[in-house]
Amino acid sequence: MIEYIKGYLSTGTTPGEAGNLFWATVYILLVITGVSVAVLCMNWLERKILAHMQIRLGPMRVGPHGLLQPFADALKLLIKEDIIPHDADKLVFWSAPVVVTMTAFTTFLVVPFGRTHAVTDMNIGVLFMLGVSSLGVLGIIMAGWSSNSHYPLMGSLRSSAQMVSYEIAMGLAIVSAVLMTSLQTGTGTLSMIGIVEAQASQHTWFIFKFFPLGFLAFAVFAIAMVAETNRAPFDLPEAESELVAGFHTEYSGFRWSLFFLAEYSAMLAVSSIAVTLWLGGWMRPFPSLLGGPAWNMAFSFLPALTFFVLAAGCFLGTIRMPKIPQFRVQTIGLGTFGALLGFVGLVLLVPAVSVRVQDIYWFVVKVAFFMYLYIWYRGTFPRYRFDQLMKVGWKVLLPTGLGVLIATALWGLMPQLSAAITGVLQ
Amino acid sequence: MSERTDYLDLDTKDETFLDATELVLNMGPQHPSTHGVLRVILKLDGEKVLGTECVIGYLHRGVEKIAENRTYAMFNPYVDRMDYVAAVSNGLGYCEAVEKLLNVEAPPRAQYLRVILTELCRIASHQVWLGTHALDIGAITPLFYCFRDREEVLKIFEKYCGARLTTHAFRIGGCIYEAYEGFEQDCKKFCDAFLPKLDEYEELLTTNRIWVERTKGVGILNPEDCIALGVTGPVLRASGVKWDLRKAQPYESYKDFDFEIPTGVNGDTYDRYLVRIEEMRQAVRIIRQAVDGLPQGPIMAKVPKVIKPPVGEVYHSIEAPKGELGYFIVSDASTQPYRVRVRPPSFVNLQALDKMVRGLLVADVVAVIGTLDIVLGEVDR
Repeated sequence: MIEYIKGYLSTGTTPGEAGNLFWATVYILLVITGVSVAVLCMNWLERKILAHMQIRLGPMRVGPHGLLQPFADALKLLIKEDIIPHDADKLVFWSAPVVVTMTAFTTFLVVPFGRTHAVTDMNIGVLFMLGVSSLGVLGIIMAGWSSNSHYPLMGSLRSSAQMVSYEIAMGLAIVSAVLMTSLQTGTGTLSMIGIVEAQASQHTWFIFKFFPLGFLAFAVFAIAMVAETNRAPFDLPEAESELVAGFHTEYSGFRWSLFFLAEYSAMLAVSSIAVTLWLGGWMRPFPSLLGGPAWNMAFSFLPALTFFVLAAGCFLGTIRMPKIPQFRVQTIGLGTFGALLGFVGLVLLVPAVSVRVQDIYWFVVKVAFFMYLYIWYRGTFPRYRFDQLMKVGWKVLLPTGLGVLIATALWGLMPQLSAAITGVLQ
Repeated sequence: MSERTDYLDLDTKDETFLDATELVLNMGPQHPSTHGVLRVILKLDGEKVLGTECVIGYLHRGVEKIAENRTYAMFNPYVDRMDYVAAVSNGLGYCEAVEKLLNVEAPPRAQYLRVILTELCRIASHQVWLGTHALDIGAITPLFYCFRDREEVLKIFEKYCGARLTTHAFRIGGCIYEAYEGFEQDCKKFCDAFLPKLDEYEELLTTNRIWVERTKGVGILNPEDCIALGVTGPVLRASGVKWDLRKAQPYESYKDFDFEIPTGVNGDTYDRYLVRIEEMRQAVRIIRQAVDGLPQGPIMAKVPKVIKPPVGEVYHSIEAPKGELGYFIVSDASTQPYRVRVRPPSFVNLQALDKMVRGLLVADVVAVIGTLDIVLGEVDR
């Protein structure tokens, strides 16, 4: 048994490939926990960042600077009455949030947080992610239909139309990235890990490859992914000012929170695809330009440094807290949280640990960048109308994606083409 | 206008739900963007609007009936509760109507003070409109910017008369409060600070591609329809009709001031947005002139303690932020009005909704309700 557990550590692959069920289970649990924690953090960060963009403070009461607000919200949702409308199709109503959440979590099976930090590596990884994440729309249609109410119905119809149109543009953008993987080896790959390794072997992130083609494909994907996850400015399915809450109007309590969880994990999932395909996945920036042991050493301190900065922020917060008895608990809490973050930073200084978390750190940083973009969009843009959304999808993104795909293929074939042409000429 | 024959036919039942091509959607009275308690019944073909029917009255308080049982002075605070985001303008309209009935005129200083406060109120009202209109279209940030800057106006109101929202700032015959110390400086400081803020809102919206796409060509009203429907205010002016009561039949001291009446060309939602933004600029211009030229003297005309206007009737209208606000008062020489009838701009403008949204999409209905700038307190009274 112990041998079975230890055996995996020396393989240097993902547990799925090694066929080690124990570690696969551990990884799955870690991923589910990690994603849920990330959603909680995202909840707090979104409210805080959005609030500061809108000259508000955001949550300030539950815990220092509202740090415990997500937990309070989660608890509130869990103990709320679970209402199923009388005329709803009970079975479908009941299973819709399960379908949505399950698909959102399943996509994380193939997300490579690091070279070995993935549950498994499939040779059709990208296809798997796309396939499973588009199953999520099924849950949304189920929710809208079973609620037996007009607003949810319209929300779910909008959602399905939107997802179907944007998935095509998204797919085309992905294919052009997949094409790039085949450039040096001659054989392309759909495996998520393979795509990152292809970027490593070509010494460039695909966003910079064949400039501006790589960037254009990335841009198409970046727009389509916002639409795919129903976020502003494409948040029509749940447009508050038009459809009240869209497809989840009739949901409350725990079931509603599952939709919330699913939406945010879907955001994380598509961001992970973008990071993997175009931003070098788990690779740190400038691995060749700033290469060498000295730079490796310097970069390996960054995770610890990040935690120290966060801890310093907390300590600064404790200093700025009003010095009155009412704030004592908050001050102590914030200090403790800072100490905890500082301790994690110290742990990350241990070389054995820092080597292992390097990949995860960079991956998370890149995904966090996309999460910030999501919040930024929400604070800046008005909402598209349905016909305009379709116009953008079919008339702008689809032709662009198609054009980029063809251009990438031609550019990639350039050596063979020129050889063939010179051959013919001679 | 001829008799309407295009009422929604809600009684015809389709065979089964699947055969139905039309969907009747009940929007409101509890809906995030019907600006209070407006209920709109929409008949939809998919997302396309085939027709609308407005159901109002959820905020009906019988203000006009209350007036018949109150003395003229006692009724004054009630009018603030109609258009509660522009309470000062409502008070002005009522006070002026009664003054007309009594045949008295407010002294010049009171007139100037009234102009300053009503123009400040116009800015505050337009800010509420801009914030909520942008929110309806999905831009959430302008709401907070607008409310931040509206706060400055409310602070001036609070310092002047002690109330922020339902101000009851004016009395029949003039003003009861003298301008507090530093009133002029406060107004000037607000004007100087506000213009850059206005540019800030415009930066967020005017050239924003999504905003332009969402508002251009949406809810078009041509001038003939506007006049036929009795639409007034910025909605009328955005259709290209240069009609503003401040210029057309100047009341108070508006003839002393130099200001423009912004008009639109297309009569769509975008033009109405631009017209209102420009109106805020012009309001700043008027405030500056009025503060600079504020005359000295009494603020209250000679009005009897017990107001008993002679037998007669009067209609007086002013240019409120939302359009023509008129008061029709019938006096039977007693201390209480025999009848008060209010012509609220929101109520009249709201009837253009059906005309504007037919053939558009559901999302546009929300945008059009926002652009009409209705306040349900005034619609229902």
